[in-house]
Amino acid sequence: MNVEFINPFLSATIGVLKTMAFTEVQAGQPFLKKDKISHGDVSGIVGITGPPNGSMSLTFSKACIVQIVSSMLGETFQEVNDDIRDAVGELSNMISGTARNDLGKKGFSFKTSIPTVVSGPGHEITHMCKAPTIAIPFKTKAGHFVVEISFENGSQ
Amino acid sequence: MKPDINMNMKVLVVDDFATMRKIVRNILKQIGFTNIVEADDGANALSLIKEDKIDFVVTDWNMPNMTGLELLKNIRAQENGKNLPVLMVTAEGLAENVVDAVKAGVDNYIVKPFTAETIQAKIEQIFAKRQANA
Repeated sequence: MNVEFINPFLSATIGVLKTMAFTEVQAGQPFLKKDKISHGDVSGIVGITGPPNGSMSLTFSKACIVQIVSSMLGETFQEVNDDIRDAVGELSNMISGTARNDLGKKGFSFKTSIPTVVSGPGHEITHMCKAPTIAIPFKTKAGHFVVEISFENGSQ
Repeated sequence: MKPDINMNMKVLVVDDFATMRKIVRNILKQIGFTNIVEADDGANALSLIKEDKIDFVVTDWNMPNMTGLELLKNIRAQENGKNLPVLMVTAEGLAENVVDAVKAGVDNYIVKPFTAETIQAKIEQIFAKRQANA
């Protein structure tokens, strides 16, 4: 995968959560993810059509996402319910959109799909292509979340 | 100078995500708007515009079935929509998207993520321009 794709997703994640949810996040060391098992309780997945084609996912721990959405909407949430799942979809939409706009300025033309949201402990995330998946862990005061990106054409 | 905005006007917020409708509604309330209705897609938005007296539309771009751009074109094709103020709030931030929206008759445009202050400033720009041209 083109490593140039990593930074736009990283900075989009930091920017969207800061602006929309008033949440400061700290990025950890990216790692290669080799299985489909999620590292959290709820995920949003967005297909990306290029070329190259790919996908992005956001996976939050319950503690982390209820705090983020509570802050974003000014209401208190405690469980992963429909409101939380909808918010994960919108966050996925905004983060992928912001990264896509950034990549657009570098000459890449991408379209993104309407996000799909999956929840439950140990749920699986299936990326759109078979290329390696890069996972970027993030920390917030309330808990952790992971952004995964996977793009075909590894030699680019 | 800040425009004179009627805070009792009926504002329609269109987005397929309830979260974004709630965020926009909260900001509009914070600004002072009191009469806010919602639609979760373009078809419902058009029905509300046809049936009801809508004074101002805030719409998303990326929606299933009918995009915000298609909605905008449909609004402008309706007799009671030709002059309706429309603000687009979207993740589509590339210059060509802005050009498409302007060509279709959008009044103003905000790229997500955004702050409450940005929405307020964009709304004030819309009504200031309309009042200057009145």
